[in-house]
Amino acid sequence: MLAPRKWLENYVKISIDSKELRDRMTMSGSNVEEIRNLSESFDHVVIGKVLEIKEHQNADKLVVAKVDVGNKIIQIVTGAKNFKENDYLPVALEGATLAGGLKIEIGELRGVNSEGMMCSHDELGIPKSLIPESQKDGLWILKETYPLGKNFKEILDLDDDILEFEITPNRPDCLNMLGIAREVSATIKEKLVYPSINYREASNDAHEKVKIRVEDQNGCKRYIGKVLENVTVEPSPDWMQIQLMKAGIRPINNIVDATNYVMLEYGQPIHAFDLDKIQTNEIVVKESKPGELFETLDGVERELEGGETMITDGVKPLAIGGVMGGLDSEVTLATKTVLIESANFEPDHIRLTSKQLNLRTEASSRFEKGVDPEIAITAANRVCQLIQQMTDCRVLKNSVDIYPNPVMKREIFVRDDRINKMLGTNIPKMEMSDILTSLEVEVQILDEGLNLKPPTFRNDLVKEVDFVEEVARIYGYDVIPSTMPTATVTLGGLLSSRKIENLAKTSLTSQGLYEVLTYSFVSPGSVNKCRIYKESPLQKMIQLKNPLGDETSVMRTTLIPSMMDVLDKNNKKGSSDFRAFEIGRTFHHSEEILPRETTKLVIGMYGDKDSYYTLKGIIEELLNTLKITEVRFRREVHHPTYHPGRTANLYMNNEYLGIVGEIHPKVTDAYDIEKKCYVAELEFTELIQLADLEKHFYPLPKYPSIERDIALVVNNSVAVGEIEEVLKDFTEGILETFELFDVYQGDQIEEGYKSIAYNLIYRDPEKTLKEKEVAAVHDKVLLQLKEKFDARLR
Amino acid sequence: MKEQLKEIKQRGMNEIQKADSLKELEDLRVKYLGKKGEVTRILRGMGKLSKEERPIIGELANVVREEITNALSEAKERQEEIALEIQLKDEIIDITMPGVKKEVGVLHPLNQSVESLEEIFISMGFKVVEGPEIETVENNFDALNAPKNHPSRDLSDTFYITEDLVLRTQTSPVQIRVMKNAQPPIRVISPGRCFRNDTPDATHSPMFHQLEGLVIDENITLGDLKGTLDVFAKRFFGDDTKTKFRPHHFPFTEPSAEMDISCFKCGGIGCNICKGSGWIELLGAGMVHPNVLEYCGIDSEKYSGFAFGMGIDRITMAKHDIDDIRLFFENDRRFLKQFK
Repeated sequence: MLAPRKWLENYVKISIDSKELRDRMTMSGSNVEEIRNLSESFDHVVIGKVLEIKEHQNADKLVVAKVDVGNKIIQIVTGAKNFKENDYLPVALEGATLAGGLKIEIGELRGVNSEGMMCSHDELGIPKSLIPESQKDGLWILKETYPLGKNFKEILDLDDDILEFEITPNRPDCLNMLGIAREVSATIKEKLVYPSINYREASNDAHEKVKIRVEDQNGCKRYIGKVLENVTVEPSPDWMQIQLMKAGIRPINNIVDATNYVMLEYGQPIHAFDLDKIQTNEIVVKESKPGELFETLDGVERELEGGETMITDGVKPLAIGGVMGGLDSEVTLATKTVLIESANFEPDHIRLTSKQLNLRTEASSRFEKGVDPEIAITAANRVCQLIQQMTDCRVLKNSVDIYPNPVMKREIFVRDDRINKMLGTNIPKMEMSDILTSLEVEVQILDEGLNLKPPTFRNDLVKEVDFVEEVARIYGYDVIPSTMPTATVTLGGLLSSRKIENLAKTSLTSQGLYEVLTYSFVSPGSVNKCRIYKESPLQKMIQLKNPLGDETSVMRTTLIPSMMDVLDKNNKKGSSDFRAFEIGRTFHHSEEILPRETTKLVIGMYGDKDSYYTLKGIIEELLNTLKITEVRFRREVHHPTYHPGRTANLYMNNEYLGIVGEIHPKVTDAYDIEKKCYVAELEFTELIQLADLEKHFYPLPKYPSIERDIALVVNNSVAVGEIEEVLKDFTEGILETFELFDVYQGDQIEEGYKSIAYNLIYRDPEKTLKEKEVAAVHDKVLLQLKEKFDARLR
Repeated sequence: MKEQLKEIKQRGMNEIQKADSLKELEDLRVKYLGKKGEVTRILRGMGKLSKEERPIIGELANVVREEITNALSEAKERQEEIALEIQLKDEIIDITMPGVKKEVGVLHPLNQSVESLEEIFISMGFKVVEGPEIETVENNFDALNAPKNHPSRDLSDTFYITEDLVLRTQTSPVQIRVMKNAQPPIRVISPGRCFRNDTPDATHSPMFHQLEGLVIDENITLGDLKGTLDVFAKRFFGDDTKTKFRPHHFPFTEPSAEMDISCFKCGGIGCNICKGSGWIELLGAGMVHPNVLEYCGIDSEKYSGFAFGMGIDRITMAKHDIDDIRLFFENDRRFLKQFK
């Protein structure tokens, strides 16, 4: 909402500068986003009058004008066409700066001296969208006469600060100058003065000229018609045009400008019909029929859905009520008799209509937020006053006013002590009363509180709590003392699941992994890119009804595709290696009200030094940190995303914990990554269940250990995991640790075999082991290995 | 024999003096003091001497042996010193060469913010709770007093899954979950992902992060809201931070406020970060609307409370002067690395 300061000053005296006004308005709840001043962008522009126009001897497209600028007559060469002798217009003198940054100097144009420049709206800072149609491509020709040589921006009030207010949806009453002025008045404690409305009434009655009937009473709450005769349609006077342009509305003609002016002033959208074009002399407000066609003012033929509130002449439609008028009954330069419509339409109706027709106008956006029906009559009279001032027309006596259910003021009782209790203040009842009165709330002070009647334009004041805010914002949020809650002591903290998550993240980042965050929604094709089978549950993704695009249209069931994207992007951007992880949710259909959300951990990496084993190592270290022991890695050969020979599933007993492995070459191909990628996806919700945050102490060993190194030769097909099972199972509890330190194939080892070397440490926590005891166990293990795997010592 | 010993000593001392390696010294030790060494031989041959000569020669021989021994060990020490010096010289390295690093990773900058925010609020007695990313329309809008026709419910603003399910557009529905399941005193914060139907650009992202806060108890005032959030702002942005509360409108709070903080870059003079105003808009807050309390089964006459919500992405951008929200979700290592 743009509010020119000088416009506001018509209703309330403002003696502080615009910056202070901005700050104080912001602190009382009307946030000022910006202060603009159109005239800041230009200077040294004065009023001039064209005395004579002559052809340019050396150029067909240029003319030479003599212009009186008060203290002298200057010569100006111009290419403009839309001016004539005796026109008044803005003239930039030598040394002037214009809105585009252009500096004016005395110079020659094709051999003829030019001592200044006549200006267009554009050059004087008016946005192109606001320039009147007739002057869009030419000079700004003034309508009235002014003292020559006077400063243009001062004399035409362009030297004005325009405040842009952010109006919250609960305050549609502030979408107009009087609404803002009312807030200014309450904020700076200056009296608000409403415009005085008066005009000459003709002797004949509006009722004789037009009949009005409202059939659609749900859509139309009030309909007022006023009739104007003998109007002359022409451009508005300069002050009106400039006032509108400052507030962001393009001037059209005096009739339309007057309706727009009143809309800006009171917030009441008003429509003007050419009454002579309404042959029935009747207005019937009724619902449209489905499929009905109607051509709006903008020249677009629209098909109606049916149910829109239409203004008709009883037979054919004239306007879409509260949204836009029709071409047929439009006010034109030839119009003599005008019907002024000041009506009130139901917000929900307008919102729906505007949405269905994809047509938003100044009028519809106001009606859909809510307009006070009480204001319609004042606004109608105000328009008549303005038009009579501009065109000296006849305003017929009385208005045709259809208003079957007038709105009544609400009455609300509030407790002053409750207000103070919620704010933590001690504001006296009297002060509350003053604050509310300044907002035009009728106040009755009672012993036990305040009896309040808010004005009809304040639909947001319904309950006691609404007045708490009114009192607080005018009293000043900044003077309410800051305190700390004195209430019951509460213990803060993280849920243990989050503590475990943080611990896991510490383990992962310290192992060189970067945490990434990717969208919860993905493309439905993302799982196909990872070769997930059509029948897989991972394909059953929850769909968004209104996604931004296909790429973000389903909720993910696995984090692997997102991680592959991250690896791909970093690879393409030149990272030779990268390790990343994400802890995020996946989404699955469920029988409950809400879909099932589970938390997963995905780890992804690529790089020369990386392999299945480095990824496995990271996971083993993570599991150590979380104190999750006894996790088994079982070979997985079927998962379509993974390399069939380099992939394992993680299990704890029979519970699936995740998958780890090298990505299938076909998948890396699909992502256009030429490197090997290693990715693990773990069921983080399960890991949280299994993790142990406690630290456990075990006494350091008191008795010496006995070490043995063994090198076994076994068939290539034997997995070290199998050997280790034997080491665990057949050492009678005295094998403290075992560590694989070498796997060798090549010279000295026959084809198809490998040598596996372990360092074994035997220890008995209770006593010193004897060589003999170790030897017995050791030999038994070797025997087992021989029997099971045909392993022999090297 | 005396002469012989003198000669051996003279010769030995000279040779030791000349020796310039540990190996030579060892050879000399063998030559003079070894089992078959010259001094040893004389000591062994003493049996042939007369009783009178024996002690004299014996003593002399021992003296010679000791002198040679001492000379040898001195020379050896010298040689070792020299050898060490040579070794140290040989071991000189270019200390300007880069160190051998083990790269550590880093938390995502948004989660770093979450951690600091949590720490601040935990110290003020807040519990950290979580809620689902897919929410019911009831919890996301209805229970939060959002009017039925509120534009935020439109398909152009909110992602819908069904008529009744949405991707939560705010963390506020977690408030509802907490209030429905617990009676005051309540003091929680809830960080998490939120979603809005915004085409990504420098300041918009269809997925973003919020942190919600809620305090409900007897006698909670707007002053308490101001005090609590003021402490938070000072702890997060620095002790010199000033806060400003402006009236605003949210359907689920009344009165409502927006909190600005003094610009941490310029301290309030005006700069590019605060767009010249000296203030940065930080969060929305307000006293929980009685309708919301009642909806959740909390007596709004007995209890009052405040709620606040802030954009984690926004404050992280503000804190680090990041100009494009999309960087958070591109996960470019070169970006992430800067937050170590």
